[in-house]
Amino acid sequence: MAISVSTGVDISRAMVETPLTAADWLIIAPVAFPILAGAILLMLRKRVAVQAAAANATLALLLVLTAALLAHVAGAGPQTMTMGRWLPPFGISFSVDLTGALLAAAAAAVAFACGLYATLDVDASRLRYGFFPFLLMMMAGVNGAFLTGDVFNLYVWFEVMLIASFGLIVLGSERQQLDGAIKYAFLNFVATTLFLIATGYVYGAFGTLNMADITRQMAAPPPGAPVATIATLYLVAFAMKAAAFPLNFWLPASYHTPRIVVSALFAGLLTKVGVYALLRVMVMIFAEQRGLLADWIALMAAATMLVGVFGALAQTDIRRLLGFLVVSGIGSMLAGIALASNLGLTGTIVYAVHSMVVMAALYLAAGIVGRRAGTFDLRGLGGHYAASPWFAGGFLLLAFSVAGLPPLSGFWPKLMLVKGAIAGGLSWLAAAILVTGLLTTLAIIRVWGFAFWRGGAEGIRDGAENWKLPPLAGGPAWSAYVSFGALVALSVMIGLSPEPLARYALDAAIGLSAPDAYVGSVFGGAR
Amino acid sequence: MNTVIFRTIAPYFTSLMVLFSIFVLLRGHSEPGGGFIGGLIAASAFAIYGIACGVHPVRRALFFHPMAISAFGLTLAAASGLPSIAERVPYLTGLWVFPTIGGVELALSTPLVFDIGVYLVVVGAITSIALALEEREQL
Repeated sequence: MAISVSTGVDISRAMVETPLTAADWLIIAPVAFPILAGAILLMLRKRVAVQAAAANATLALLLVLTAALLAHVAGAGPQTMTMGRWLPPFGISFSVDLTGALLAAAAAAVAFACGLYATLDVDASRLRYGFFPFLLMMMAGVNGAFLTGDVFNLYVWFEVMLIASFGLIVLGSERQQLDGAIKYAFLNFVATTLFLIATGYVYGAFGTLNMADITRQMAAPPPGAPVATIATLYLVAFAMKAAAFPLNFWLPASYHTPRIVVSALFAGLLTKVGVYALLRVMVMIFAEQRGLLADWIALMAAATMLVGVFGALAQTDIRRLLGFLVVSGIGSMLAGIALASNLGLTGTIVYAVHSMVVMAALYLAAGIVGRRAGTFDLRGLGGHYAASPWFAGGFLLLAFSVAGLPPLSGFWPKLMLVKGAIAGGLSWLAAAILVTGLLTTLAIIRVWGFAFWRGGAEGIRDGAENWKLPPLAGGPAWSAYVSFGALVALSVMIGLSPEPLARYALDAAIGLSAPDAYVGSVFGGAR
Repeated sequence: MNTVIFRTIAPYFTSLMVLFSIFVLLRGHSEPGGGFIGGLIAASAFAIYGIACGVHPVRRALFFHPMAISAFGLTLAAASGLPSIAERVPYLTGLWVFPTIGGVELALSTPLVFDIGVYLVVVGAITSIALALEEREQL
């Protein structure tokens, strides 16, 4: 029973002939592995006892796989595997460069922390309805989006991610959740439709969907190809997914409705996939058209930052407040895309990693606060500093980090973006970043002051004896504190020694603005 | 809808449709057909059975929960790319074996496994939705 592949025909013109090494499998593993594990967990969804342990083992292994992929790509340059052995652009390629690998590794770290937190936050009924299978499918979608080298395949992974996230957002079917889910789903469907229309144009104009092939052809676009239209459509579609102003309103309207661990995952991962797609499509492929739209992107960036942070200042529900801060962070990332200098893009990539870690951690912190106090409303909160000083200290570190104070992880990308904006002659954009930083400090310190620093809820005198917070109940409390602590430690680590991340991000930025190595990994260096 | 004629004929009709769906599935490699369309035919067969005889008999006949069937299909489809590791070719490359069983040479391949996976995913997902909707109707 011999396995036969060749049939005497010369296949070298149609198929990849170089045998693969074990390292090549790292390219597809972050997608195939969670799908496989998620499917098996879906079969076992009535066995509630094994769900959390198996899913967390999967997520831990996923973190190892993505870290190995990052190390491999950092050492050996962009890597490509073309599915089904067909030569690109006919086979669907997975092309991993540093941008994708870095974001995939950061996403896996955040997902692992959230998976751990979920052991506390997700009850047995939600486990039976498949919380962890949805989570693993969403990770497959997120990783697929980061790693694929085909623009239609990117669309498919966006869909996988969205469908899984719909599942996560409605899990529990509370009235409020359905309300949030409808806004979330509808707006995302509009964005995906625009994405699909643009992709149809791309196929019509270029006859290919392989991103490296399109990049290659963009050196001399086919005559009459509507490249400016395509680029604008992609910009609108991805900006909507990333929740950029004026298409940001779906995010604060929906992110506070599901379980807090789901909010943390969404805030950490989903909008960053939109930013990644902007980096890949607008910066790498349609570089010239991005130049034409740069002023608009810069305006959008400044407006997103300010609208986000003003929204945060106006909120009293911590979860909604954090939702607006996510939007505000997207503005900072867009600023780097508007600049598109190496410094600006490095800033965007470092900011994306920082924002993944810190926003997820802030949501988890809000979850701990809300679970102990029984409310997420700032007016009803207080006394968390007295109840657990270590947790309060961790929250303060995160608050400084999200505000961009040194020496925490939020400081470095903002520094790069401000320097990049001044170097690019956009001082007003630099000013917007700095003003946003100041206002973010106010918004988040308000949370610290109300929920942690003061002695009790509104109207209760400081030091009142009757204000006691119950301990964290409903599951293993350590898992919440460990996952929160790990993310805080990651943020502090990035802040204290930003050099490795910044170096990776700079290489990633150079790889995006001069994608020869990326194209070479797909089509061979000679072409 | 619940006439005697319909209730009597539905089980036979269902088995015929499931048989036909498997035929369409196996035919799909080089001719029109395949896992997706086969899965749809099988799912409509179960839906018809459900309309005629109620949801409970369908669930009992399927034995496994439709979502578990779907998940098993997904496992098969994802795993059908794994033999590529041994051959050192990219994920999801079509690999063939031609064993002779009882004097007949069979052409078996990883795309077939993938297609069976797709078939089960579609059967499970669509049946799950159809049964949920029919259940609501009978309340």
